[in-house]
Amino acid sequence: MRQDLLAQAEAVLEEWVRARGEAPTAEASEGFRLLALHRQGARGVPSFNACRETCREIAYHYNLLNEKHDARTELMMKMLVQHLELFVRGKLEVAGLGDFCCASRPLRKESENA
Amino acid sequence: MSKYQRVAYYPGCALEGTGHAYNQSTKVLGSALGLKLDEVKNWNCCGAMEVKNIDPKVQTYLSSRVMSIAANEMGASVVMAPCNGCYHNLKKAEHDLAHDAGSREVVERISKKAGHATYQAGQVETIHALDWIKDGVGEDELKRRVKNSLKGLKVANYYGCMYTRPRHIFPEKDQGPGSESTSKPHFMDDLLAAAGAENVDFPLKTACCGGAHTLSDSDTSTKLVLNILRAAEAAGADVIATECPTCHSGLEMHQVRAEKVLGQKTRVKMLYFTQLLGIALGLSPRKLGVHENVSDGMEVMKKFA
Repeated sequence: MRQDLLAQAEAVLEEWVRARGEAPTAEASEGFRLLALHRQGARGVPSFNACRETCREIAYHYNLLNEKHDARTELMMKMLVQHLELFVRGKLEVAGLGDFCCASRPLRKESENA
Repeated sequence: MSKYQRVAYYPGCALEGTGHAYNQSTKVLGSALGLKLDEVKNWNCCGAMEVKNIDPKVQTYLSSRVMSIAANEMGASVVMAPCNGCYHNLKKAEHDLAHDAGSREVVERISKKAGHATYQAGQVETIHALDWIKDGVGEDELKRRVKNSLKGLKVANYYGCMYTRPRHIFPEKDQGPGSESTSKPHFMDDLLAAAGAENVDFPLKTACCGGAHTLSDSDTSTKLVLNILRAAEAAGADVIATECPTCHSGLEMHQVRAEKVLGQKTRVKMLYFTQLLGIALGLSPRKLGVHENVSDGMEVMKKFA
């Protein structure tokens, strides 16, 4: 089950990366392709960091389930994957999702170009 | 004596409107703990998201004016902002003024025109209400003052996004033991544990609630919030503790909307951490504005009050 959930989360990020016209990375970061995909998806889009902790929690729960299987941890991992899916789906529809908290890029870019 | 015992208080616009109960409970709690708040005189909007999205440098100016009044007109060295949005924007302004010449130039120009002293980076330290209680009082002292332990109350702590993101504007965080973490914040957990509450393991504590799109794309926000509420319930929480008026009203409003539009009912209640701590100190829920919350926490809190 944990493999299926991780694969589902990766598929969500693959979709985001492809929508940006890139090929999803096959590499891993800290042992997780999911984290490498997140890093790729957030490149140049600081607001995508709004789902950074969600991805890290998915990886953490994946590891927890390796240690010991329990229904509650599995349910939490499922809800985390669902949250990632909702966020990315929302972001594909409304690019500005997450801008409120994570984007301070425009200011710095503007100053660099001046 | 902690330097946080007496601070300049910047409530921000939300605490005068939807977050009135947060304003009230912050003041009442501070007073009960012997902490002093001097409200920033003639404060203005921090620039929130509206100005920030159109012209980030004007937002930097607006936040800098608040800090300038605190530093230059009130002689304060610490500004406390209980709203995540205000806290984030003041921190962002501080960072921009320290690292960006263009921002300094704009702030200086507008400040001169407005006729007040230009804020210089480093004049004040901006803190959140969580830092204020955690460092101004501390868990040990808080434990000593608890009259109604929150023992048996299961709490999911929701910090939202702006308390920790983006990481580079919070240089004091992630500094090892004792400091706040940007990936797994714990200050609210620590304070509520000191009051006797049982913090549940809640992995969505900084997850996006779609807050900024609550009006333009309500369905996305509702679904994101519903998932947060369900996760809190699945984790066994009776209440979600909040430390931001935007998060709080977002969770409350979308809880109602999820039931109305999606037919999905959740039962978890939302309370500000200041209300929960106040109840633990023996203050009446009414004095803490619990009755003002949309999500009716009176029933859950009755046994503790």
